Amino acid sequence: MKTPVVLVTGFLGSGKTTLISRLLDHPGMGETAVIVNELGEIGIDHHLLRRVDERTVLLASGCVCCVLRGDLVDELRDLLDRRDAGEVPHFGRVVVETTGIADPTPIVMTLLSDPVVRNHYELESVVATVDGVHGLRGPESVKQVAVADRLVITKADIAAPAGRAGLEKQLARLNPTAHARAATFGEVDPDWLFDGAARDPRDLAPGHDRGHRDHDHGVSSGVLFLDEVDWTAFGLWLTMLLQARGQDILRVKGFLDVGGDGPVLVSCVQHAVHPPVHLDEWPDEDRRSRLVFIGRDLDTERLRTSLDAFDRAARQGRT
Amino acid sequence: MCGLCGVILNQHWAEQDGGRRARVFRAALLDRVLDHFGLSLHDWAGAVYVLRDRKGAAAVVHDIGAVWSEAERLLGRPLDPLDAALVAELGR
Repeated sequence: MKTPVVLVTGFLGSGKTTLISRLLDHPGMGETAVIVNELGEIGIDHHLLRRVDERTVLLASGCVCCVLRGDLVDELRDLLDRRDAGEVPHFGRVVVETTGIADPTPIVMTLLSDPVVRNHYELESVVATVDGVHGLRGPESVKQVAVADRLVITKADIAAPAGRAGLEKQLARLNPTAHARAATFGEVDPDWLFDGAARDPRDLAPGHDRGHRDHDHGVSSGVLFLDEVDWTAFGLWLTMLLQARGQDILRVKGFLDVGGDGPVLVSCVQHAVHPPVHLDEWPDEDRRSRLVFIGRDLDTERLRTSLDAFDRAARQGRT
Repeated sequence: MCGLCGVILNQHWAEQDGGRRARVFRAALLDRVLDHFGLSLHDWAGAVYVLRDRKGAAAVVHDIGAVWSEAERLLGRPLDPLDAALVAELGR
Protein backbone atom coordinates (compact mmCIF):
# COMPACT_ATOMS: atom_id res chain seq x y z
CA MET A 1 0.00 0.00 0.00
CA LYS A 2 1.33 3.40 -0.99
CA THR A 3 1.89 6.10 1.60
CA PRO A 4 -0.36 9.10 0.97
CA VAL A 5 1.24 12.51 0.52
CA VAL A 6 -0.58 15.74 1.22
CA LEU A 7 0.81 18.88 -0.33
CA VAL A 8 0.11 22.09 1.60
CA THR A 9 0.64 25.22 -0.42
CA GLY A 10 -0.40 28.85 -0.03
CA PHE A 11 1.00 32.33 -0.36
CA LEU A 12 3.33 33.97 2.14
CA GLY A 13 1.51 34.68 5.38
CA SER A 14 -1.64 32.84 4.38
CA GLY A 15 -1.45 30.42 7.29
CA LYS A 16 0.17 27.21 6.01
CA THR A 17 2.32 26.73 9.08
CA THR A 18 -0.54 27.47 11.46
CA LEU A 19 -2.71 24.97 9.61
CA ILE A 20 -0.08 22.23 9.78
CA SER A 21 0.69 22.94 13.44
CA ARG A 22 -2.96 22.59 14.38
CA LEU A 23 -3.37 19.49 12.28
CA LEU A 24 -0.47 17.80 14.02
CA ASP A 25 -2.21 18.37 17.33
CA HIS A 26 -5.07 16.09 16.32
CA PRO A 27 -4.83 12.60 17.81
CA GLY A 28 -5.21 10.89 14.45
CA MET A 29 -2.22 12.71 13.02
CA GLY A 30 0.36 11.00 15.21
CA GLU A 31 1.95 8.98 12.45
CA THR A 32 2.67 11.81 10.06
CA ALA A 33 6.02 12.82 8.60
CA VAL A 34 6.31 16.49 7.70
CA ILE A 35 8.68 17.96 5.14
CA VAL A 36 9.17 21.73 5.26
CA ASN A 37 11.53 24.32 3.86
CA GLU A 38 11.82 26.28 7.07
CA LEU A 39 12.13 24.99 10.59
CA GLY A 40 11.20 26.75 13.74
CA GLU A 41 7.51 27.47 13.66
CA ILE A 42 5.86 24.07 13.64
CA GLY A 43 5.35 22.26 16.92
CA ILE A 44 7.31 19.06 16.44
CA ASP A 45 7.33 17.27 19.76
CA HIS A 46 6.13 13.88 18.65
CA HIS A 47 6.30 14.23 14.92
CA LEU A 48 8.80 13.35 12.33
CA LEU A 49 9.87 16.67 10.85
CA ARG A 50 12.40 17.01 8.05
CA ARG A 51 13.71 20.16 6.46
CA VAL A 52 14.80 20.32 2.83
CA ASP A 53 16.55 22.94 0.75
CA GLU A 54 14.63 23.28 -2.46
CA ARG A 55 16.66 21.88 -5.31
CA THR A 56 15.09 21.51 -8.70
CA VAL A 57 16.24 19.42 -11.62
CA LEU A 58 15.13 20.58 -15.03
CA LEU A 59 13.93 17.74 -17.19
CA ALA A 60 15.33 17.30 -20.67
CA SER A 61 12.31 18.87 -22.35
CA GLY A 62 13.19 22.21 -20.78
CA CYS A 63 9.56 22.95 -20.05
CA VAL A 64 9.09 25.24 -17.06
CA CYS A 65 6.68 22.93 -15.24
CA CYS A 66 8.67 19.77 -15.99
CA VAL A 67 11.17 20.03 -13.19
CA LEU A 68 11.71 17.51 -10.46
CA ARG A 69 12.34 18.44 -6.88
CA GLY A 70 15.57 16.54 -6.36
CA ASP A 71 15.61 17.41 -2.67
CA LEU A 72 12.16 15.94 -2.23
CA VAL A 73 13.06 12.74 -4.07
CA ASP A 74 16.07 12.27 -1.79
CA GLU A 75 14.06 13.00 1.32
CA LEU A 76 11.14 10.73 0.44
CA ARG A 77 13.50 7.88 -0.47
CA ASP A 78 15.49 8.40 2.73
CA LEU A 79 12.31 8.33 4.81
CA LEU A 80 11.37 5.01 3.23
CA ASP A 81 14.77 3.50 3.94
CA ARG A 82 14.77 4.72 7.53
CA ARG A 83 11.22 3.57 8.15
CA ASP A 84 12.04 0.11 6.82
CA ALA A 85 15.17 -0.01 8.96
CA GLY A 86 13.24 1.11 12.04
CA GLU A 87 15.45 4.19 12.37
CA VAL A 88 12.51 6.62 12.40
CA PRO A 89 9.04 6.27 13.93
CA HIS A 90 6.50 4.60 11.69
CA PHE A 91 4.55 7.07 9.59
CA GLY A 92 1.44 6.51 7.54
CA ARG A 93 1.23 9.85 5.79
CA VAL A 94 3.58 12.59 4.62
CA VAL A 95 2.73 16.29 4.63
CA VAL A 96 4.86 18.48 2.37
CA GLU A 97 4.74 22.22 2.96
CA THR A 98 5.80 24.42 0.08
CA THR A 99 7.29 27.87 0.37
CA GLY A 100 4.86 30.75 -0.04
CA ILE A 101 5.83 31.62 -3.56
CA ALA A 102 6.37 28.06 -4.71
CA ASP A 103 4.74 26.62 -7.76
CA PRO A 104 3.30 23.28 -6.56
CA THR A 105 3.50 21.70 -10.02
CA PRO A 106 7.09 20.39 -9.73
CA ILE A 107 6.13 18.54 -6.55
CA VAL A 108 3.21 16.89 -8.32
CA MET A 109 5.55 16.07 -11.21
CA THR A 110 8.07 14.60 -8.77
CA LEU A 111 5.50 12.33 -7.14
CA LEU A 112 4.35 11.06 -10.52
CA SER A 113 7.71 10.73 -12.21
CA ASP A 114 10.40 9.41 -9.94
CA PRO A 115 10.19 5.62 -10.23
CA VAL A 116 10.88 4.85 -6.57
CA VAL A 117 8.74 7.67 -5.22
CA ARG A 118 5.73 6.88 -7.37
CA ASN A 119 5.85 3.22 -6.41
CA HIS A 120 5.80 3.97 -2.69
CA TYR A 121 3.87 7.22 -2.39
CA GLU A 122 0.73 8.67 -3.91
CA LEU A 123 -0.52 12.23 -3.92
CA GLU A 124 -3.60 12.22 -1.74
CA SER A 125 -4.58 15.85 -2.11
CA VAL A 126 -3.31 19.37 -2.60
CA VAL A 127 -4.41 21.82 0.08
CA ALA A 128 -4.05 25.55 -0.52
CA THR A 129 -4.44 28.16 2.20
CA VAL A 130 -5.89 31.49 1.13
CA ASP A 131 -5.61 34.59 3.27
CA GLY A 132 -9.18 35.45 4.28
CA VAL A 133 -8.29 39.12 4.76
CA HIS A 134 -6.02 39.84 1.81
CA GLY A 135 -7.36 37.26 -0.65
CA LEU A 136 -5.37 36.11 -3.64
CA ARG A 137 -2.07 37.89 -4.01
CA GLY A 138 -0.37 37.59 -7.34
CA PRO A 139 -0.18 34.91 -9.99
CA GLU A 140 1.54 32.48 -7.61
CA SER A 141 -1.44 32.28 -5.29
CA VAL A 142 -3.84 32.02 -8.24
CA LYS A 143 -1.91 29.00 -9.50
CA GLN A 144 -1.79 27.44 -6.04
CA VAL A 145 -5.58 27.67 -5.87
CA ALA A 146 -5.95 26.33 -9.40
CA VAL A 147 -4.15 23.07 -8.61
CA ALA A 148 -5.73 22.52 -5.17
CA ASP A 149 -8.30 19.91 -4.14
CA ARG A 150 -9.03 21.64 -0.83
CA LEU A 151 -9.03 25.36 -0.07
CA VAL A 152 -8.72 26.65 3.48
CA ILE A 153 -9.73 30.28 3.85
CA THR A 154 -7.74 31.43 6.86
CA LYS A 155 -8.20 34.22 9.40
CA ALA A 156 -11.96 33.70 9.38
CA ASP A 157 -12.22 35.49 12.74
CA ILE A 158 -10.93 38.81 11.43
CA ALA A 159 -12.08 38.75 7.81
CA ALA A 160 -15.02 41.01 7.00
CA PRO A 161 -18.07 38.86 6.12
CA ALA A 162 -18.70 40.64 2.84
CA GLY A 163 -15.07 40.30 1.81
CA ARG A 164 -15.02 36.64 2.70
CA ALA A 165 -18.20 35.95 0.76
CA GLY A 166 -16.66 37.65 -2.27
CA LEU A 167 -13.49 35.61 -1.87
CA GLU A 168 -15.45 32.36 -1.66
CA LYS A 169 -17.22 33.22 -4.92
CA GLN A 170 -13.93 34.11 -6.55
CA LEU A 171 -12.39 30.79 -5.49
CA ALA A 172 -15.41 28.84 -6.73
CA ARG A 173 -15.11 30.57 -10.10
CA LEU A 174 -11.40 29.94 -10.28
CA ASN A 175 -11.41 26.30 -9.21
CA PRO A 176 -14.86 24.71 -9.28
CA THR A 177 -13.40 21.28 -8.49
CA ALA A 178 -12.09 22.26 -5.04
CA HIS A 179 -13.97 22.27 -1.76
CA ALA A 180 -13.43 25.42 0.33
CA ARG A 181 -13.80 25.89 4.06
CA ALA A 182 -13.10 28.83 6.38
CA ALA A 183 -10.83 28.36 9.38
CA THR A 184 -9.71 30.30 12.42
CA PHE A 185 -6.18 29.67 13.71
CA GLY A 186 -5.86 26.73 11.35
CA GLU A 187 -8.61 24.70 12.98
CA VAL A 188 -9.84 22.30 10.31
CA ASP A 189 -11.14 18.76 10.63
CA PRO A 190 -8.39 16.46 9.28
CA ASP A 191 -11.02 14.09 7.89
CA TRP A 192 -12.25 16.87 5.66
CA LEU A 193 -8.77 17.64 4.42
CA PHE A 194 -7.60 14.09 3.93
CA ASP A 195 -10.55 12.13 2.65
CA GLY A 196 -8.83 12.32 -0.70
CA ALA A 197 -11.82 13.20 -2.80
CA ALA A 198 -12.11 16.43 -4.70
CA ARG A 199 -15.50 17.83 -5.52
CA ASP A 200 -17.35 15.60 -7.89
CA PRO A 201 -17.24 17.40 -11.24
CA ARG A 202 -20.66 15.96 -11.94
CA ASP A 203 -22.11 18.37 -9.40
CA LEU A 204 -21.28 21.24 -11.68
CA ALA A 205 -23.99 23.08 -13.50
CA PRO A 206 -23.77 22.76 -17.26
CA GLY A 207 -22.89 25.45 -19.72
CA HIS A 208 -20.87 27.87 -17.73
CA ASP A 209 -17.53 29.53 -18.19
CA ARG A 210 -16.26 30.76 -14.91
CA GLY A 211 -13.65 33.26 -13.88
CA HIS A 212 -13.07 36.93 -14.29
CA ARG A 213 -9.86 37.17 -16.18
CA ASP A 214 -9.16 40.75 -15.10
CA HIS A 215 -9.23 39.85 -11.42
CA ASP A 216 -7.65 36.42 -11.47
CA HIS A 217 -4.47 37.19 -13.37
CA GLY A 218 -5.90 35.96 -16.64
CA VAL A 219 -6.93 32.59 -15.21
CA SER A 220 -10.44 31.27 -15.69
CA SER A 221 -12.22 27.93 -15.59
CA GLY A 222 -14.72 26.21 -17.79
CA VAL A 223 -16.55 22.91 -17.88
CA LEU A 224 -17.01 20.69 -20.92
CA PHE A 225 -20.03 18.40 -20.93
CA LEU A 226 -19.70 15.64 -23.47
CA ASP A 227 -21.28 12.39 -24.53
CA GLU A 228 -19.27 9.20 -24.87
CA VAL A 229 -15.70 9.89 -25.97
CA ASP A 230 -13.35 7.52 -27.79
CA TRP A 231 -10.52 6.90 -25.32
CA THR A 232 -7.80 6.68 -27.98
CA ALA A 233 -8.95 9.96 -29.49
CA PHE A 234 -9.04 11.60 -26.08
CA GLY A 235 -5.54 10.45 -25.14
CA LEU A 236 -4.17 11.66 -28.42
CA TRP A 237 -6.01 14.99 -28.17
CA LEU A 238 -5.02 15.70 -24.56
CA THR A 239 -1.35 14.86 -25.04
CA MET A 240 -1.28 17.10 -28.09
CA LEU A 241 -3.10 19.88 -26.28
CA LEU A 242 -0.77 19.75 -23.30
CA GLN A 243 2.28 19.79 -25.55
CA ALA A 244 1.00 22.85 -27.40
CA ARG A 245 -0.67 24.73 -24.55
CA GLY A 246 0.47 23.06 -21.33
CA GLN A 247 1.88 26.29 -19.98
CA ASP A 248 -1.57 27.85 -20.08
CA ILE A 249 -3.63 24.86 -18.98
CA LEU A 250 -3.12 24.72 -15.24
CA ARG A 251 -5.55 21.93 -14.47
CA VAL A 252 -7.81 19.38 -16.12
CA LYS A 253 -10.05 17.23 -14.01
CA GLY A 254 -13.19 15.23 -14.53
CA PHE A 255 -15.01 12.07 -15.51
CA LEU A 256 -15.03 10.69 -19.01
CA ASP A 257 -17.55 8.26 -20.44
CA VAL A 258 -15.50 5.96 -22.67
CA GLY A 259 -18.24 3.40 -23.15
CA GLY A 260 -17.41 1.13 -20.22
CA ASP A 261 -19.48 0.32 -17.17
CA GLY A 262 -17.92 3.21 -15.26
CA PRO A 263 -16.18 6.45 -16.18
CA VAL A 264 -12.48 7.22 -16.37
CA LEU A 265 -11.24 9.72 -13.81
CA VAL A 266 -8.88 12.17 -15.50
CA SER A 267 -6.66 14.57 -13.57
CA CYS A 268 -3.64 16.58 -14.59
CA VAL A 269 -1.70 19.59 -13.39
CA GLN A 270 -0.06 21.23 -16.40
CA HIS A 271 2.10 18.46 -17.91
CA ALA A 272 1.84 16.22 -14.84
CA VAL A 273 -0.85 13.69 -15.71
CA HIS A 274 -2.10 11.32 -13.02
CA PRO A 275 -2.57 7.78 -14.30
CA PRO A 276 -6.24 7.65 -15.40
CA VAL A 277 -8.44 5.59 -13.09
CA HIS A 278 -11.11 3.38 -14.64
CA LEU A 279 -13.99 3.27 -12.18
CA ASP A 280 -16.25 0.23 -11.95
CA GLU A 281 -19.47 2.19 -12.02
CA TRP A 282 -20.97 5.65 -12.25
CA PRO A 283 -21.98 7.24 -8.96
CA ASP A 284 -25.47 8.01 -10.30
CA GLU A 285 -27.67 7.82 -13.36
CA ASP A 286 -26.16 10.84 -15.08
CA ARG A 287 -23.48 9.46 -17.38
CA ARG A 288 -22.33 12.58 -19.15
CA SER A 289 -18.62 13.18 -19.39
CA ARG A 290 -17.55 16.30 -17.50
CA LEU A 291 -14.17 17.91 -17.73
CA VAL A 292 -13.11 21.02 -15.85
CA PHE A 293 -10.37 23.12 -17.43
CA ILE A 294 -8.57 25.83 -15.48
CA GLY A 295 -6.11 28.03 -17.30
CA ARG A 296 -5.26 31.15 -19.22
CA ASP A 297 -6.99 32.16 -22.45
CA LEU A 298 -9.45 29.29 -22.20
CA ASP A 299 -12.15 28.96 -24.80
CA THR A 300 -14.20 25.92 -23.85
CA GLU A 301 -16.16 26.00 -27.08
CA ARG A 302 -12.95 25.69 -29.10
CA LEU A 303 -11.85 22.85 -26.85
CA ARG A 304 -15.16 21.07 -27.35
CA THR A 305 -15.15 21.53 -31.14
CA SER A 306 -11.60 20.25 -31.35
CA LEU A 307 -12.21 17.20 -29.14
CA ASP A 308 -15.39 16.43 -31.08
CA ALA A 309 -13.41 16.46 -34.32
CA PHE A 310 -10.79 14.06 -32.94
CA ASP A 311 -13.53 11.82 -31.62
CA ARG A 312 -15.28 11.79 -34.99
CA ALA A 313 -12.06 10.95 -36.79
CA ALA A 314 -11.53 8.01 -34.43
CA ARG A 315 -15.03 6.69 -34.96
CA GLN A 316 -14.63 6.94 -38.74
CA GLY A 317 -11.39 5.00 -38.40
CA ARG A 318 -13.11 2.21 -36.48
CA THR A 319 -15.80 1.66 -39.09
CA MET B 1 12.47 13.80 -20.21
CA CYS B 2 9.19 15.53 -19.73
CA GLY B 3 6.30 13.86 -17.94
CA LEU B 4 4.37 13.99 -21.18
CA CYS B 5 6.84 11.73 -22.83
CA GLY B 6 6.52 8.82 -20.48
CA VAL B 7 10.13 7.64 -20.55
CA ILE B 8 10.40 8.16 -16.81
CA LEU B 9 7.00 6.58 -16.38
CA ASN B 10 6.99 2.93 -17.39
CA GLN B 11 4.10 3.25 -19.76
CA HIS B 12 2.50 6.38 -21.08
CA TRP B 13 -0.90 7.01 -19.54
CA ALA B 14 -2.55 7.29 -22.95
CA GLU B 15 -1.18 3.92 -24.05
CA GLN B 16 -2.36 1.82 -21.15
CA ASP B 17 -5.29 0.37 -23.05
CA GLY B 18 -2.70 -2.07 -24.34
CA GLY B 19 -2.87 -4.63 -27.07
CA ARG B 20 -1.59 -4.74 -30.60
CA ARG B 21 -4.88 -3.69 -32.16
CA ALA B 22 -5.12 -0.64 -29.93
CA ARG B 23 -1.60 0.36 -30.85
CA VAL B 24 -2.22 -0.05 -34.58
CA PHE B 25 -5.38 2.01 -34.32
CA ARG B 26 -3.58 4.70 -32.32
CA ALA B 27 -0.81 4.89 -34.89
CA ALA B 28 -3.34 5.26 -37.71
CA LEU B 29 -5.11 8.08 -35.90
CA LEU B 30 -1.80 9.80 -35.13
CA ASP B 31 -0.87 9.49 -38.80
CA ARG B 32 -4.12 11.08 -39.87
CA VAL B 33 -3.59 14.07 -37.54
CA LEU B 34 0.07 14.46 -38.46
CA ASP B 35 -0.73 14.32 -42.17
CA HIS B 36 -2.40 17.70 -41.80
CA PHE B 37 0.98 19.10 -40.82
CA GLY B 38 2.90 17.39 -43.61
CA LEU B 39 4.22 14.60 -41.40
CA SER B 40 3.65 10.87 -41.34
CA LEU B 41 3.92 8.22 -38.66
CA HIS B 42 4.01 4.47 -38.67
CA ASP B 43 4.36 1.86 -36.01
CA TRP B 44 7.58 -0.13 -36.22
CA ALA B 45 7.19 -3.68 -34.95
CA GLY B 46 4.92 -2.59 -32.14
CA ALA B 47 7.94 -1.16 -30.35
CA VAL B 48 8.47 2.42 -31.52
CA TYR B 49 6.93 4.96 -33.84
CA VAL B 50 8.79 6.34 -36.85
CA LEU B 51 7.97 9.93 -37.66
CA ARG B 52 8.86 11.46 -41.04
CA ASP B 53 8.53 14.79 -42.75
CA ARG B 54 8.21 15.29 -46.51
CA LYS B 55 11.88 16.22 -46.88
CA GLY B 56 12.98 12.82 -45.71
CA ALA B 57 13.91 13.69 -42.15
CA ALA B 58 12.92 10.97 -39.71
CA ALA B 59 12.81 10.43 -35.97
CA VAL B 60 12.17 7.40 -33.81
CA VAL B 61 9.88 8.03 -30.85
CA HIS B 62 8.95 5.70 -28.04
CA ASP B 63 5.46 6.82 -27.09
CA ILE B 64 2.60 9.15 -27.84
CA GLY B 65 3.88 11.94 -25.59
CA ALA B 66 7.18 12.09 -27.42
CA VAL B 67 5.42 12.16 -30.79
CA TRP B 68 4.28 15.73 -30.31
CA SER B 69 7.58 17.16 -29.09
CA GLU B 70 9.45 15.41 -31.90
CA ALA B 71 6.90 16.53 -34.50
CA GLU B 72 7.28 20.05 -33.15
CA ARG B 73 11.04 19.80 -33.59
CA LEU B 74 10.73 18.55 -37.18
CA LEU B 75 8.16 21.18 -38.04
CA GLY B 76 9.74 24.06 -36.17
CA ARG B 77 6.49 25.05 -34.52
CA PRO B 78 3.90 23.59 -32.12
CA LEU B 79 1.10 21.42 -33.48
CA ASP B 80 -2.06 22.92 -32.06
CA PRO B 81 -5.09 20.62 -31.78
CA LEU B 82 -7.29 23.74 -31.76
CA ASP B 83 -6.01 24.72 -35.22
CA ALA B 84 -9.21 25.58 -37.11
CA ALA B 85 -8.10 23.96 -40.38
CA LEU B 86 -7.15 20.73 -38.57
CA VAL B 87 -10.46 20.66 -36.72
CA ALA B 88 -12.38 21.20 -39.97
CA GLU B 89 -10.46 18.44 -41.70
CA LEU B 90 -10.87 15.88 -38.93
CA GLY B 91 -14.51 16.72 -38.41
CA ARG B 92 -15.40 16.22 -42.05
